Amino acid sequence: MRRLAGVEDEEKWLAEGIAGIQHNAFFMHRALDANNLREVLKYSALMLSELRTSKLSPQKYYDLYMRAFDQLRQLEVFFKDESRHGLPVVDLYELVQHAGNILPRMYLLCTVGSVYIKSKQAPSKDVLKDLVEMCRGVQHPIRGLFLRSYLAQVSRDKLPEIGSEYEGDANTVMDAVEFVLQNFTEMNKLWVRIQHQGPGTVREKQEKERNELRDLVGKNLHVLGQIEGVDLEMYKETVLPRVLEQVVNCKDELAQYYLMECIIQVFPDEYHLQTLETLLAACTQLMPTVDTKIVLTQLMDRLSNYAASSPDVLHEFLQVEAFAKLSNAIGKVIDTQIEMPIVGAMTLFVSLLTFTLRVHPDRLDYVDQILGACVVKLSSVPKLEDSRAMKQVVALLSAPLEKYNDIVTALTLSNYPRVMDHLDDGTNKVMAMLIIQSIMKNDSCISTADKVEVLFELIKGLIKDLDGTDTEELDEEDFQEEQNSVARLIHMLDNEEPEEMLKIICVVRKHLMTGGTRRLPFTVPPLVFSALRLVRQLESQDRDVTGEDVQASPRKIFQILNQTIEVLSSVPCPELALRLYLQCAEAASDCDLEPVAYEFFTQAFILYEEEIADSKAQVTAIHLISGTLQRINVFGVENRDTLTHKATGYSARLLKKPDQCRAVYACSHLFWVDDLDGIKDGERVLLCLRRALRIANAAQQMANATRGSSGPVTLFVEILNKYLYFYEKGNPHITPSDIQSLIELINTEMQSDDNNNGNTRNHSDPFFTSTLRYIRFQKQKGGLMGDKYDLIKL
Amino acid sequence: MVLVLALGDLHVPHRAADLPPKFKSMLVPGKIQHIICTGNLCIKEIHDYLKTICPDLHIVRGEFDDDARYPENKILTIGQFKLGLCHGHQVIPWGDLDSLAMLQRQLDVDILVTGHTHQFTAYKHEGGVVINPGSATGAYSSINQDVNPSFVLMDIDGLRVVVYVYELVDGEVKVDKIDFKKISTSNSAP
Repeated sequence: MRRLAGVEDEEKWLAEGIAGIQHNAFFMHRALDANNLREVLKYSALMLSELRTSKLSPQKYYDLYMRAFDQLRQLEVFFKDESRHGLPVVDLYELVQHAGNILPRMYLLCTVGSVYIKSKQAPSKDVLKDLVEMCRGVQHPIRGLFLRSYLAQVSRDKLPEIGSEYEGDANTVMDAVEFVLQNFTEMNKLWVRIQHQGPGTVREKQEKERNELRDLVGKNLHVLGQIEGVDLEMYKETVLPRVLEQVVNCKDELAQYYLMECIIQVFPDEYHLQTLETLLAACTQLMPTVDTKIVLTQLMDRLSNYAASSPDVLHEFLQVEAFAKLSNAIGKVIDTQIEMPIVGAMTLFVSLLTFTLRVHPDRLDYVDQILGACVVKLSSVPKLEDSRAMKQVVALLSAPLEKYNDIVTALTLSNYPRVMDHLDDGTNKVMAMLIIQSIMKNDSCISTADKVEVLFELIKGLIKDLDGTDTEELDEEDFQEEQNSVARLIHMLDNEEPEEMLKIICVVRKHLMTGGTRRLPFTVPPLVFSALRLVRQLESQDRDVTGEDVQASPRKIFQILNQTIEVLSSVPCPELALRLYLQCAEAASDCDLEPVAYEFFTQAFILYEEEIADSKAQVTAIHLISGTLQRINVFGVENRDTLTHKATGYSARLLKKPDQCRAVYACSHLFWVDDLDGIKDGERVLLCLRRALRIANAAQQMANATRGSSGPVTLFVEILNKYLYFYEKGNPHITPSDIQSLIELINTEMQSDDNNNGNTRNHSDPFFTSTLRYIRFQKQKGGLMGDKYDLIKL
Repeated sequence: MVLVLALGDLHVPHRAADLPPKFKSMLVPGKIQHIICTGNLCIKEIHDYLKTICPDLHIVRGEFDDDARYPENKILTIGQFKLGLCHGHQVIPWGDLDSLAMLQRQLDVDILVTGHTHQFTAYKHEGGVVINPGSATGAYSSINQDVNPSFVLMDIDGLRVVVYVYELVDGEVKVDKIDFKKISTSNSAP
């Protein structure tokens, strides 16, 4: 009736039990002190009778048991000392069997039995056998479990194991094993029986209580694992089959799960490996409700660690075909346990993969096989939504990357992309980012178009909008990070061989072009520069192979580039496109392809005229146009004239006067290239500088009109420096008197500015000062330059 | 003694995936007092990375930088030296020493640091120094055919500056050292 009792009642019963034990223990101790065997037996039996209660829960019963246990230790000391009680131990062993009740009788018998074995007056195996058999007399589950637990405890140091003083002659380690196995079997039966008592309503409480008792049963397995002398042979032939027989036959979910866990933990790794088949067979025979996947996972984790512990053990794994056996068992478990959630199956695959990567790192076919099995399982469910399962799939896909430190290996796994297809869009991207990070971290180079194709298939979640993705929901920062990763990745796709490299570029381009207007500004520039690198390579190799079959020619690549950048300009992203066109123009010039270079310039100019309206952006664009044009030497007179004319025109039409002025004097360099065979059109240089001077004047007047002060003379000093520049270069149209009058003009401007501000001449323009210092410096230099500068009077 | 890191034209991710690992392992936090960067980073990740090496970071805008907060020019004073910083695409002809010298006069600085050409150079010019740290990633350049990754460390001590150039040639870091002394009166009023 204890099942219906409340906690308070239980406390009361426990207190009563403890009081009973203490009461009788008191008299027992008096008898012990008096060496009165008769009284000792009487009161100890009375004390032990308290353990006959059925009212307590296992927890409370354990409390009570421990009180009695402490007393029994002292009783044992008394029994050991024959001089105190005056009886040979064999007689004592007979005598205690007269106790009236079976439970006190068995406790006393176990206690005396322990002394009996220690005295070596009887073979330990006989006493042990006797005790373990007689304990059958107690069939109440809790009482029986604790009694047998007591037996296991007092006999632990008296087993005839190898190296023990109780071993030898007729006592073998086999007897020790036999004893423990039998005790284990009986205890398990008692434990399992608890479940079959009582009505369903108290089932949950019962399960909890049973769980509390499990270690009493498991202790036997620990002892088995510790017995010295149990070799592989004995384990394989006797221990494991007997234990598993009990596990399988008890048909109890809790017991099966717990005991399998125990087996995996307490016995050595190499035993598991050598009995893998038996162990796995047992796993498939467990009750369908048992969480076999945890059992299998633990087993594989242990074996993985074992494999990692030393390279010497790897051959054992091959010998027993561990992979095939594990793979089969997992397949069977997944097939039969239809109820298993998808995350369970994925966890199993992850464990098997971890095992495989450690034990058979060279067997990519095994890895692919596992991924294949994973695909089959994933295909059988509608759509993967369980985030925990998703995490396992990511772990599954990450493992080969981490192991091989090389994406190229993963790219050969045919099932890899098929697994990725089952991820949701978000996870797919996470995985794609992991793949890119792995490539970056390991500095892996992907060197064939085929592999690039596979790779882009894997990371397609980053490359384009997948169906049903709501682009509005994307975080802008995440998006940029993703696209920048893709951009970086493009530099890892490389092949020395131009034909293959061109194929790679075409594959990349094909994929990137599907990215849409938000991605193109990120992905086009790296593609362009990758192609320009190839152009550079072709150019430096100077290959004279120009057959029809040769695809990788600069001309062909420029065609691709033109089309690619054109897409970017329609995004619209005119400033970036303009920069890329200019890069291409210069590369085309290096390849001596005048029409191509001209075409790129035309495109850049069209963009400038039609798309770039911001005045600041215009200034930078003009810098880049003039800077590039200045360097290009491929153009004939006519083309060059057209382009320089345009560039000068754009410069003169900038919004702000200072910008105009600077852009115009910069154009002077378009007519004077300081190379051996460069253009040297001194007259047009002078025209540019004079035009700049006029603009500077206009700027000065405008400043006067609007602000009442002409402001700094910087523009004039800048132009003065340009005069000096071309004067040094030997432009005959720049004369010392031009320079002198410019210096005078600046002096006048500065004075008038000072007067306007009511200042006396007390300020100095640092730029002008350093320019004058420069002139003096050049004068002092002597030689040709000194002579030249001597003509300038300061 | 002040250590100044000068680098630029990384062009990540347009032209390079990242800085060379060998450079990254050399550029550890806590040793450098100032970073001057000639621009073309081109993404925030690189900006953030440089900040981890040294929080005192000075950047000018390269033509591929989107960040409009970077100025075209920057002047700063470190110790007894006045430094000018400019990416260099504004100075035509690109990389031309005489034209850069004009910018140096204009900014009135002792040391002018520019980039754009992806070619390391250091010239003594009229009592001043013109330095180009090259491209820290060895990025493709239309101006130079063979680009090796490089950066510059300047050790400024009193009136003396020692310029160390680190260049990655065939996987090995080569170091070069150039010594400059400033004539104390050179840039004060005439």
